Amino acid sequence: MVENNSASPDNPPKRFLRLRQFLGDIPLLAWLFGGLISVLVEQQIGESLANLLGLPKIPVLFGFMIAMKEPLLLPGALAYVLVLYVLTIVLIGKITARPFNLMAAKMMQWPIAIPVLLHLVVLYASMHFWADISLYRELTLKLTLIAIMLTLSLNIINGYMGEFSCSHPGFMSLGAYGASAIMVLFFVNDRLFGDAILPEVLGPLFFPLALILGGIVAALGALLIAIPSFKTRGDYLAIISLAFMFIVKSLFENLQFLGGARGLKGQPDLANLPTVFIWMVICVWVINNFVRSTMGKALNAVRDDELAAEAMTVDTRRTKMVAFLFAAFWAGVAGGLFAHTVRFINPNTFGVQRLAEILAMVYFGGLNSVYGSIVGAVSLNLLGEMLRPLALFKWIIIPLLLILIMIYRPTGLVAFKEFDVRKLIQPKRKPEKEV
Amino acid sequence: MQLFLQNLINALQWGSFYALIALGYSMVYGILMLFNFAHGDIFMVGAYIGFGVATGLTALAAMGALALPNWVILVLTILISMFLTSFVGMLVERIGYRPLREAPRASAAITGLMIGIILETGNLAILGAERIRFPSLIKSTTYDLGGVFVTNKKIMIVVVSLVLMLALNEFIRRTRWGMAMRAMAFDYVVIPLMGVPLNTIASLTFALGSGLAAAAGIMFAIAYPVLDPYIGIIYGWKAFVAAILGGRGSVKGACLAGFLLGFIEIFVGAYMPSSVRDLIAYSIILLILVFRPHGFFGEPHSAKLRL
Repeated sequence: MVENNSASPDNPPKRFLRLRQFLGDIPLLAWLFGGLISVLVEQQIGESLANLLGLPKIPVLFGFMIAMKEPLLLPGALAYVLVLYVLTIVLIGKITARPFNLMAAKMMQWPIAIPVLLHLVVLYASMHFWADISLYRELTLKLTLIAIMLTLSLNIINGYMGEFSCSHPGFMSLGAYGASAIMVLFFVNDRLFGDAILPEVLGPLFFPLALILGGIVAALGALLIAIPSFKTRGDYLAIISLAFMFIVKSLFENLQFLGGARGLKGQPDLANLPTVFIWMVICVWVINNFVRSTMGKALNAVRDDELAAEAMTVDTRRTKMVAFLFAAFWAGVAGGLFAHTVRFINPNTFGVQRLAEILAMVYFGGLNSVYGSIVGAVSLNLLGEMLRPLALFKWIIIPLLLILIMIYRPTGLVAFKEFDVRKLIQPKRKPEKEV
Repeated sequence: MQLFLQNLINALQWGSFYALIALGYSMVYGILMLFNFAHGDIFMVGAYIGFGVATGLTALAAMGALALPNWVILVLTILISMFLTSFVGMLVERIGYRPLREAPRASAAITGLMIGIILETGNLAILGAERIRFPSLIKSTTYDLGGVFVTNKKIMIVVVSLVLMLALNEFIRRTRWGMAMRAMAFDYVVIPLMGVPLNTIASLTFALGSGLAAAAGIMFAIAYPVLDPYIGIIYGWKAFVAAILGGRGSVKGACLAGFLLGFIEIFVGAYMPSSVRDLIAYSIILLILVFRPHGFFGEPHSAKLRL
């Protein structure tokens, strides 16, 4: 069973075997709980621990920022991360593994929604307390969550459908402008749109509606591409969508009532962490269900062989259309959230650079996999923040990394892996006979 | 009418840049069936290499080491830069595309995109963010043809582009290498089995495309003598769309579509506010593609991104 060179989950490399055995029985809930505790501990003693280790303040992003700016402080930051995150989480996880395993086993008999919600609450709580330390953390976290949505939605087209779409910045800008226009029109006293129409109290209620509307605008835009593109096969979509992206960009540059090239600012500050988190969860949930549904399987069939799929009674054109509009919708929602997080958008935000970023996240993480999108978005965002002090060289290192990944794993890091919530939250090692 | 003719001449000049860049995209697509997203940046690199060569040569001439008239320097600049830039193209192929020949084509597109970003950023890192003035090698003289003003630069640019396009056409039609390229475009799976080396032909294709892009870059720099690292993004992507419009893999089509794009942009800019130029240009292209999905001279492919 032990083969040294293969890295598949069934027979892992030997050197990690001990580690896996040691950590293997910790269920997800225990991990999350450990995270929560470690974050709470950080809130209490983070400052003094940082001082003890000779750091000026709490390392904001796991010491990633310090690593590049002041390499001398690196050992301190490493020790901080090791003590506060790694050790605490592993320790707590190991200690609580048994009770949580029992609990997970118990919960598996309940409707799946309850344990999932519990996990999400713990996850959110740890994120919340983590982001509480500084505004910078909160912004980074929000942008990362939004990036997950974007990556996932592009993965539907580029991974699950196997086409190459370049229009994601376009959809994003449609959603961003759509949602911001509505919110600014109704709730903000603005130079462009005049006084607020509705009282500000209603803002949070309207915000989801505005986001959904933004998403629908994006989906309508996608319809414009989808109708001509899916008549023919081949790389057609890539070009049409590229042209579409440029059209949308210059459209917004010319729409003076939306600020033109100067951009639109003053979005109400409604995209707080819980909102973004909830939308991200909904997005992952819906998309994961979509790709695992009959439609998603049909989509995979279309990707692998369109003719064969058609012969197997898959309505290829409809499948592709639905998937494309669906992806565009989520890109639009993510765009709306993005606009309200950054609270300033201009057409240049949604150009080729953004396209390269999203594509990089999709292909870095892995095609055809929800895990992959999450991994890609999180790691590239973290890496981007980490390399920020290097200024220009950031845009040499990240592309180089991506080229290497493309050469050695052409479909990305975690490609073709199914995201099964049930498997994720189940107890990790069957507890001794009960139930 | 004078305005029209004036714009026509401007459009010819403008279109020749696009046509030359589009050729590179189109040839690579024709042979390897992939989008070379780094090509726009090779155009940029070509312009910068041209800048380096031109500055070097004029400095030599000024020192008296090289007593050459300016037009010889110009011709030398173009030739040397084309030669040097074709190595850049070959390098891009070697690093970014050859290791991925068996991989999904989308992955190769991503490496191309990333190499493009590296070229841009590398340029920024090496030369800084200031724009660079291209040395003026030929003195601009303006001819008045019945109210229409033509500069010698414009004539030179259009003539050189046309000569290069014709030369390329002859190369592809008449030489053995050209024949190998055409064969490879026909089927790059079977033809290598007939003894035609795929890698050599791919390198050749990239070299040719990059050389043409370098020529476009230098002439662009002569017409608009301010260079910045982002010209590759701005014009490269447009030329890419033009290449597709011409029909993937069609040399004739790429030239034609490049000129068409030039015409559209110049005439839209002449009669409407310039901010809507991109909007209208791309909308027209999109419309044409809706009705002619394979472009002007493209063959319907059943190709799909292999995954």
